[in-house]
Amino acid sequence: MKKLLQICLLLLVPLGAFASAGIELEDADIDLTDHQSLENGAHLYVQYCLGCHSTKYIRYLNLADDFNIDQQEILKKVAPEGAGIYDKMLTAMNGHDAKKWFGTTPPDLSLIARSRGEDWLVSYLKGFYQDTSKQRGVNNTVFPDVAMPNPLWQLQGVQKAIIKTIDGREVITGLVITEPGTMTAKQFDKAVNDIVAFLVYAGEPAQVQRRSMGKYVLLFILMFGVIAYLLKKEYWKDVH
Amino acid sequence: MKTHLENCGNWFLDRFPLTKLWNDHMAQYYAPKNFNFWYFFGSLALLVLVNQFVTGILLTMNYKPDAGLAFDSVEYIMREVPWGWLVRYMHSTGASAFFLVVYLHMFRGLIYGSFKQPRELIWIFGMLLFVALMAEAFMGYLLPWGQMSYWGAQVIISLFSAIPVIGDDLSLWVRGDYVISDATLNRFFAFHVIAIPIILLMLVFLHIVALHEVGSNNPDGIEIKASKDPWGHPVDGIPFHPYYTVKDIVGVSVFIFFFATVLFYMPEMGGYFLEHANFIPADPLATPEHIAPVWYFTPFYAILRAIPDKFAGVIAMGGAIVVLFLLPWLDRSPVKSIRYRGGIYKKALLMFVISFLGLGYLGMQAPTAGATIMARIFTAMYFGFFLLMPIYTRWEKTKPVPKQLTEQPTIEDRIPGWKATFCEMVKEVPIEKDGTTVMRKRPDTSGIINVLMRTAKNLKASLD
Repeated sequence: MKKLLQICLLLLVPLGAFASAGIELEDADIDLTDHQSLENGAHLYVQYCLGCHSTKYIRYLNLADDFNIDQQEILKKVAPEGAGIYDKMLTAMNGHDAKKWFGTTPPDLSLIARSRGEDWLVSYLKGFYQDTSKQRGVNNTVFPDVAMPNPLWQLQGVQKAIIKTIDGREVITGLVITEPGTMTAKQFDKAVNDIVAFLVYAGEPAQVQRRSMGKYVLLFILMFGVIAYLLKKEYWKDVH
Repeated sequence: MKTHLENCGNWFLDRFPLTKLWNDHMAQYYAPKNFNFWYFFGSLALLVLVNQFVTGILLTMNYKPDAGLAFDSVEYIMREVPWGWLVRYMHSTGASAFFLVVYLHMFRGLIYGSFKQPRELIWIFGMLLFVALMAEAFMGYLLPWGQMSYWGAQVIISLFSAIPVIGDDLSLWVRGDYVISDATLNRFFAFHVIAIPIILLMLVFLHIVALHEVGSNNPDGIEIKASKDPWGHPVDGIPFHPYYTVKDIVGVSVFIFFFATVLFYMPEMGGYFLEHANFIPADPLATPEHIAPVWYFTPFYAILRAIPDKFAGVIAMGGAIVVLFLLPWLDRSPVKSIRYRGGIYKKALLMFVISFLGLGYLGMQAPTAGATIMARIFTAMYFGFFLLMPIYTRWEKTKPVPKQLTEQPTIEDRIPGWKATFCEMVKEVPIEKDGTTVMRKRPDTSGIINVLMRTAKNLKASLD
């Protein structure tokens, strides 16, 4: 019996050794109550992403309502020209063309934050580097051989990978900017973080409401529990 | 007016045995007075069942069982339907809670011998409920029409094709198509919202009627009906209502506290309750790199994968459920409760729990060579627990069973002990803060080691 247990423990060791090799994911810093960050994220999203990627479950009206921003301001600052407040955030590109141009249809991004996670998204948007062997000249650290070119390269600049040979394998240990973009590194980090914040919001618009009402529900259940417990004690005091 | 109402009431009672039903099943149903923590999960399972029915009906009002619309309609519920997100999360969290509660309910049966004579039929009905629940959960999981819904169903239904001769035709018949498609979605919807809920309700009814016929088991595993007072009531019994109704309400409030915590703060439960890949719409042309069922199926999935041959794997997976049905006849021990059983059963049960949890973990992981070997060892342990039971339960030296229920410390009685243990594990440390010294509690290594050693010793002693 003891031997068997020891063998079991030994066999569990390789299970833990999967721990990711290469670049680790960055930490996103999302605050969904920061409406300015969300508005900026939506603005950047419309400018740099909406050309190919829809977020079809979101209407411009939702942004005005959920970010506490005037509808006219959303139409002026966020929505593309000609869009109405009741319009969904659809892309102008059709899937057929996209397939021809990129070899794949760019997915709708309404739920991307829920399937990929916010940390992955931040790392992905910041993870493009120059790779001349690829058709579009760039590759990505967290999504190797991705079909998408870097849409934010003008903001970020051109990034190169630092490649070291470890145990005979070529491993990317870091990224370095070789040609600066229009934004400083700090500004760019904020921009990426805002875009991801918008995507996290788009994944589940009800989440702020959900979290904020949770504490009241729990408080009520707690009070209910105390009363239920006292009632039980009262009834059970004559059971021996 | 009052007499009118009374007349109406009497008119009804003359024609329907409401008073008799109430007395037989609530007010004069005598339950053992020493139910402990493990006895909350039966009533909790009923609560979750009601939750699933109510939220399920509400979801059906906006859900569209159509391969082209299903995914969008779920997001419509999450975003546009007033309180739709709450209802949907209550249903999805409820599904996981249902299995958690039912697994604990079944474990209670294992430790106190609730499946043994004369309660075999309750166990059989309960097992049928478990099988129906698995079917209900499996079919319900297809409905959101996400990638995991689609490919999980694809993998499981393709298992039918492993059956020799008729396999391929059978899986085609089940799907209604060559792949999971709109036809499959529609029939799964029909089963999920009508057929299986009816079966579940009928089985719950049978489970409770059978229980109330023979009476509840208890942590001592003795028959309370054996010693009765002059009025014919069991000495160790108390009426279910009001005693256990008020007690179960306390259990309910603790349960819904945890339930609401998950629901409001972590409805995805880190990808265990709602899998990340299920937020991508079903795509028949893109297989996800890693297909894993939801956590409650993973022990059985791990058994399936542990067997090298596909058909043998299907047999083993089915067998893992079938052996549970046979439990009342595999166990040859003369005593019911783990309190009076010998050490062998306790050790075997511990091994079984380890193997079940281990299989559950491995079923979620990608299969590697090491993981497959582990899964095989755990599978052997799982089946060993049941198939060797006729032998080891006959060997074991049982302890004498008391005639009446014993007095055990309740949760309230144990709290001072827990407090003392906690105090032993922390020590007061002076900490300089803004020029003043304050005493703060910090973990104490030697105390923790002491407590762990004592717990290990107690655990070892309790296994003999």
